[in-house]
Amino acid sequence: MAEPLSIKELAKSEELLVGGHRLCPGCGHSIILRQMLHASEYPLVLAMSTGCLEVCTTIYPYTSWKTPWIHSAFENAAATITGVETMYRALKKKGKIDKDVKFVAVGGDGGTYDIGLQSLSGAFERGHNFVYVCTDNGAYMNTGTQRSSATPFAADTTTSPVGKKIIGKQQERKNLTKIAAAHDIPYAAQASPHNWKDLTMKFRKALEIDGPAFLNVVSPCPRGWRTDASETVNLAKMAVDSCYWPLYEVENGKITINYKPKEKVPIFEWLKVQGRFKHLLKPENEGLVKMFQDKIDRDWEDLQKRAGE
Amino acid sequence: MKKKGWKEVPIGGVLKDKGSSVAYNSGSWRSFRPVIDLEKCINCMFCWVYCPDSSVIIKGGLVAGFDLEHCKGCGICAKECPPKVTAITMEPESKGPVCG
Ligand code: SF4
Ligand code: SF4
Repeated sequence: MAEPLSIKELAKSEELLVGGHRLCPGCGHSIILRQMLHASEYPLVLAMSTGCLEVCTTIYPYTSWKTPWIHSAFENAAATITGVETMYRALKKKGKIDKDVKFVAVGGDGGTYDIGLQSLSGAFERGHNFVYVCTDNGAYMNTGTQRSSATPFAADTTTSPVGKKIIGKQQERKNLTKIAAAHDIPYAAQASPHNWKDLTMKFRKALEIDGPAFLNVVSPCPRGWRTDASETVNLAKMAVDSCYWPLYEVENGKITINYKPKEKVPIFEWLKVQGRFKHLLKPENEGLVKMFQDKIDRDWEDLQKRAGE
Repeated sequence: MKKKGWKEVPIGGVLKDKGSSVAYNSGSWRSFRPVIDLEKCINCMFCWVYCPDSSVIIKGGLVAGFDLEHCKGCGICAKECPPKVTAITMEPESKGPVCG
């Protein structure tokens, strides 16, 4: 079983995601990936679906990765990595490889909740030995902030534009962690980069699992959330403290809530600092804030119930 | 980095030089730079674990400063330095380089 690592221990390992990439200042994606890469004791092979992280770290002829990395399309990071993993198993059987290598696919919410969902579902069902990490910033940020099925209710995006008639995104978000867990895979969890201890431990656990593992990580995006670059880690923390993004894991069907805020931060505190929600500050939109809060409260209740609490 | 002609480009667009993006100076994007007071620093390494640009330099297990070739000046390190410590401040680049 994987042991947790201290920050000093994490800092001893080589930096496998180096600087010089073109992610926006303060982007959550590279924070998440750095923490994960430092936490692995195995050599890793990464596959990435199209998205900010993929594009910005591999602007031709540069790459920011120091570990084998592959991209083929938007919709198939899970299929790509499971293909590589199958080849690895075949080569291992033939005695051509003896190293223990782990396989990780990473996609944004666009590449995971929407475009890559069937490829991901298929990879779960086939039972490959891999970890899928979704870095969820809640829209198609790479192409200029179009709504995705992960975009929160009432968020302003270019395809759910706030105006006289439209309140921003009119639908609720998809609960992908629940959907992933419903595949009865051995491990599915939610994490946040502000809690590096929890995130690195979950990733280490996921790597040890024999079979598919899924990690959904909230990834604040200064560009799309319209927030100050220095606020990224703080916004991730508020997402968790408000129970918008609960930290929990599902191990062989058993749900454990890893963190419970002593006092739930009202969601308005999180909404009001983000430009994508600035219309919610208007008094006439109080009802929308209430709807937002009610949904969080319902989901949090439901999660606790499902965890048997 | 010199651009390759089509005959020199590897098949499939494979990038063989791992970590080659260090040749790109993303530090030129910066309008504020982090400045650290190493006397105040308690080596909690929060700045290191939260830096999106791998730009906090660790030497011998201690925070040693910033890689200003790549730091984009987001200010996360200064923000996440514990409130009781506040070893990092963001200085406007317009004031000119602090050293060198
Ligand atoms: S648009 Fe958002 S996700 Fe994309 S690089 Fe910028 S901050 Fe990161
Ligand atoms: S300002 Fe941002 S990019 Fe620069 S060292 Fe601090 S956290 Fe890293």
